[in-house]
Amino acid sequence: MSNDKGKANGTTHTNGNGLPLLRIDDLHVWYELKRFGFGHAGYVRAVDGVRFDLQQGEAIACVGESGCGKSSLMKTILGLNMPTSGDVIFDDTPLSETRGEDLRQYRSKIGYVQQDPFGALPPFMTIERILEEPLIINGMTDKEQRRVRITKILEEVKLTPVNEVLPKYPHMLSGGQQQRVVIARAMVMEPKLLVADEPVSMLDASVRVEILRLLRKLQESHNLAVIYITHDLSTVRYFSEYIFVMYAGEIVEFARMEDLLNNPKHPYTHALLEASSDPNADNALVMREIPKGEPPSLVNPPPACRFHPRCPHFMEGLCNVKVPPQFVVEEHHRVACWLYDDSAKG
Amino acid sequence: MAQENETVLRVRNLRLYFQTRGGPVQAVDGVDFDLRKNEATVIIGESGCGKSSLAKAILRLLPRNAGRYDGEIWLHDQNIMALNDESFRKEIRWRRISMVPQAAMNALNPVMKIGDQVAEPAMVHLNMDEEDAMKSAVRMLEHVGVPIDFLHRYAFELSGGMRQRSALAMALVTLPDVVILDEPTSALDVLTQASIMNLMKRMKHELETSFILITHDIATSSELADNVAVMYAGQIVEVGDARRFFPKPLHPYSHALMASVPRLRETIEPEFITGQPPSLLNPPTGCRFKDRCPRRFEKCDQEPPMYTREGDRLVKCWLYEQPSA
Repeated sequence: MSNDKGKANGTTHTNGNGLPLLRIDDLHVWYELKRFGFGHAGYVRAVDGVRFDLQQGEAIACVGESGCGKSSLMKTILGLNMPTSGDVIFDDTPLSETRGEDLRQYRSKIGYVQQDPFGALPPFMTIERILEEPLIINGMTDKEQRRVRITKILEEVKLTPVNEVLPKYPHMLSGGQQQRVVIARAMVMEPKLLVADEPVSMLDASVRVEILRLLRKLQESHNLAVIYITHDLSTVRYFSEYIFVMYAGEIVEFARMEDLLNNPKHPYTHALLEASSDPNADNALVMREIPKGEPPSLVNPPPACRFHPRCPHFMEGLCNVKVPPQFVVEEHHRVACWLYDDSAKG
Repeated sequence: MAQENETVLRVRNLRLYFQTRGGPVQAVDGVDFDLRKNEATVIIGESGCGKSSLAKAILRLLPRNAGRYDGEIWLHDQNIMALNDESFRKEIRWRRISMVPQAAMNALNPVMKIGDQVAEPAMVHLNMDEEDAMKSAVRMLEHVGVPIDFLHRYAFELSGGMRQRSALAMALVTLPDVVILDEPTSALDVLTQASIMNLMKRMKHELETSFILITHDIATSSELADNVAVMYAGQIVEVGDARRFFPKPLHPYSHALMASVPRLRETIEPEFITGQPPSLLNPPTGCRFKDRCPRRFEKCDQEPPMYTREGDRLVKCWLYEQPSA
């Protein structure tokens, strides 16, 4: 297994002390707002109290609209942002205590698949140079060794014949091929965790499925943990075991993929499912029920449940007063909504 | 919806080629389709199939390297291809046919207030004075659901959904016969996208406007479609009524395209289409889909004509040569 080489760097990746591969522990990421360049003017609460675990070899999907904090969450997991409070514990390393050389080590163990392949690849570098760079930075000095690693990974992402691909520039490849290069670059350091940020949203429908299958195959053959970030619920079914829905910086629902799609609990999840369509001519005859308004500002989010101003099941005196805790409705299915408070119903 | 509405726009044998150093790029190559009053025709296809060029060809918004540009576009009883550029600009563009360009939310002028921007087409194309134009702008913005106090704001102060609504108001303010929407929702979130689709459904009924919706998102396209045209490599390979197209597409390409859509409510595995669309610089002779087609046979080396099936469905494929097929 390719994972064995990662272990040689002195880190162990077992769950020996009971920790999963990745634990997000009450994570808060706040950005400070400055007035006139100095002077405090409040915080943007991009991620506010998120927690979940991810085991080696599992895929989890994160669904939410733009501005819900999913990118901040992802950047923090990648080690590009630091937690404001709470922590990201990856491979037994708490991110909040990691600095300098350790931080570089930390980052090299997580692969990142960007959204827009064309924007993510430097136009003036050949594919070989693009794939070589992470290896050079991480101290693989032997050119032959690098070549072997790159060839292997390109074959895995099915960019063959390898010798023809290597001297090409990104613009000479199609969108799907560019996305394969991005995936190859994310995989070239043989990471344990892959963060895929909307990896197929810029691609044509006919290529999308191909790329999703490739990611799935890589996940299985490398026993990778994958965080799949998307706003498109229809692609989630083919990808992940677990799924969580974010709204305004918080997780509102967390469940197994099948449970969430077939038995959604939170009103916001309902709305998302209602708004996603399958190709069907009858769609043209019905109006979809969409919650009024727009996602709130994260500088000054609504008190208590952040969805309450848009919620069709709003309960005065409860939803706008008390923060809903995460109610466990069944095993592996939790939802932050007062509708599922059994104690109140009696 | 079953009774026949009058035909507003008829496109016949439309061609638009671009001159490049490598030769002519056949972006739109002999396109035929009809658009009826109060209906929406959806043009679906992958990127690079020429669907945006088709929109530009209809509105005669040609880039500098446009080469061959011919065919017929009948707007009611007038062949607008016969007009010269100046009268096309005065009589047709925005007055009769308008457009919401791709990524319209980023196409708004950043230094103009929303109200002025929406009023501008009415002043330029309908010769209204400023006051009247502003009145119709306000009416249209109300119609598309932009709050009136946004009138004096700039584009950057609005959310994506509100900007998209403003762009739509700009296209509708002159009450044109036809509005071309080029990927109107591709950059938006799911909920915003659904509410914009709701809005367009309402507009279609309230304003007696016909829409041409150009998109690669097949699932969303079904929200508005009365008719569907599938475009591949510069040509339309299938046209037909949406209610019959979505359950059972005819052309092998339409079939593959539909099968590639991930479904939310069904558990069928999606399939991808092997290979890549051909270059439009030098498209293959005969059927352009033949190299990727699972049902290819000898005849495919010749170009198939359009066959009529099930009344008014058209399909460009040799498989439908026999009436029984």
